[in-house]
Amino acid sequence: MADSVLALEGIRKAYKVGTPVETEVLHGIDLALDKGEFCALMGPSGSGKSTLLNVIGLLDRPTGGRLLIQGHDVAGLDEKAVTRLRGRTIGFVFQYHHLLPAFTALENVVMPMLVARGRADEAMQRRGLELLESVALGPFRDHLAPNMSGGQQQRVAVARALAMNPALLLADEPTGNLDTHSAQGVFDLMREVSRARGTTVLLVTHNQALAAQCDRIIELVDGRIVADRRVDPGQRAPSTSR
Amino acid sequence: MRSWLPFEWLAASRFLREGRLQSAAIVLGVSIGVGVIIFMSAALSGQQANIIRRVLGSQAHIVLLPPKEVARPLRGPEVAEAAIVQKPFQRVRSMDQWQKIIAEVAAMPGVVAVSPMASGPVLAVRGEATRAISVLGVDAERYFRIVPLPEKIVAGAPRLNAEDIVVGVDLATDLGVTVGDKLRVTTASGQAITLTITGTMDLGAKGINQRTTYVALHTAQALLGLVGGVSSIDVTVQDIYAAEDVARAIRAATGVEADSWIVTNAQFYVAINAQVVANTMIRFCVGLAIAFGIAAVLIVSVVQKSKEIGILRAMGASRAQILRVFLLQGAVLGLVGSLAGSAIGLIAIHAWNVLLKNPDGTPLFPLAMDARLFAAATLLATLTGLAAAVLPALRGARLDPVVAIRG
Repeated sequence: MADSVLALEGIRKAYKVGTPVETEVLHGIDLALDKGEFCALMGPSGSGKSTLLNVIGLLDRPTGGRLLIQGHDVAGLDEKAVTRLRGRTIGFVFQYHHLLPAFTALENVVMPMLVARGRADEAMQRRGLELLESVALGPFRDHLAPNMSGGQQQRVAVARALAMNPALLLADEPTGNLDTHSAQGVFDLMREVSRARGTTVLLVTHNQALAAQCDRIIELVDGRIVADRRVDPGQRAPSTSR
Repeated sequence: MRSWLPFEWLAASRFLREGRLQSAAIVLGVSIGVGVIIFMSAALSGQQANIIRRVLGSQAHIVLLPPKEVARPLRGPEVAEAAIVQKPFQRVRSMDQWQKIIAEVAAMPGVVAVSPMASGPVLAVRGEATRAISVLGVDAERYFRIVPLPEKIVAGAPRLNAEDIVVGVDLATDLGVTVGDKLRVTTASGQAITLTITGTMDLGAKGINQRTTYVALHTAQALLGLVGGVSSIDVTVQDIYAAEDVARAIRAATGVEADSWIVTNAQFYVAINAQVVANTMIRFCVGLAIAFGIAAVLIVSVVQKSKEIGILRAMGASRAQILRVFLLQGAVLGLVGSLAGSAIGLIAIHAWNVLLKNPDGTPLFPLAMDARLFAAATLLATLTGLAAAVLPALRGARLDPVVAIRG
């Protein structure tokens, strides 16, 4: 447990649809992710993947169970502390790349640091540029988000998610909107980052080929984990990157 | 590398720039509103100053008079009570202890100048022509601080020695006299003196110019049989709108009658007041329209930007930060709009001063370009923008990031 970045104990999440009706989406999830693990989260739509990701990402509160981030129970934290914790330990990559359209690539990457510290400085800009260069988009630093291709935008989103050097990177179908070539590029990038920085990655995907390249595959059906297997490094599908 | 703004400023300015059509439209709306407010305020104060200058230019703010004479019927068991009590006539008579009253009033807060006057009705005789006039006996040095007579002199000089008289221009025409001529003045009781006209003056209205004459205080005292006495005391106050309060204080302290210009010109005062109230209402409503305009634009902006708000929240932006981003947008819209509005107001005031003339070609009345007015309008519009942004900003800050990102 010492190395556990994330631990879920009997996590439940129910939504109130009408006043008397309560729909439970997650029925007691137990899950632990270690430092540097690269996991795929799979499951049919409606199985609760996104809900689970939102709970883990501290965007949504569970209705039952314990959630520990780096060994700390988050149940007792107030809204402000949760926001702070989220900003500092968790990075997000969303399906629809979700860059801020009014900002340049560099500004998007710097944004999490800017939000955390209130004002940008030289060091922040340098780090932003480094991150942008690490996703091979250095020359695009002053391009506005809508002026880049989908794959480029998603790579910026990965760079942005890494800005605060998070312990945990959550990706909700980051490649769902990309062609195979770009999807593999983004996947390879995350893989590389995880290896280089020891970042734990939880990747929601429908793509079997990408899942096969992960360390571990967790399958969710109807709000329950039905399979959780490690991929033997020998059998792991080779990267088909450029 | 260029310097970076704090997060809230950067986000607010980018959001405003992103919705530039919305921003431009509301800035235009705010600027028109602010321009109207500035112009109306300037017009109101200019018009008031103009009218007050005309009305109060030749009269005192407060006039002190001796208490009215009343008939006091004897009452008691042994006296038969008359059914009808005839009102007594009001003689020209002196105020008791007027020297003491002047000293007392002059020491009161808010009082600028005090001047005694001995006045009464007389006849001006010049050959066959006779005119009924009022003769106002004043102490020139003190009285000129109440009514700036030297400014109203048309010919001659405002000199008031023992045998001098200053007359209105219309009286001079009626009697066919000019500066240097002699004028015989007779009272009803037969007292008469001959005075030299040292100046003619224009007090702004024909009726007044036909009747009013000024002489030295002791000349009038001798003529009217008020030796050593005065018939009224004129008072000028600092704040003309506080005249009635000062008059009340004088009444309480001295027991004499004190009529402020507010009471003697009641209708005029009511008209000014009504104008102020109507103006304030209009300005308030324009301000309200500005506020709702800004609020509407920001509410739409919050809805449009809900995804971005969600992303910012997911990457660790606090509710307070989101709140400030939108408050700032409101304040910036108010500020920029009011700066443009100040320019519009400035142009409108300038146009008024240049284009609107009296029939004789003189400016109608000039509107002052008071820097304080512009500063106040700018500050107020900025605060209005800030206040209008509160509701949209709260909405943005309360947005659930999960819903915002999904939507």
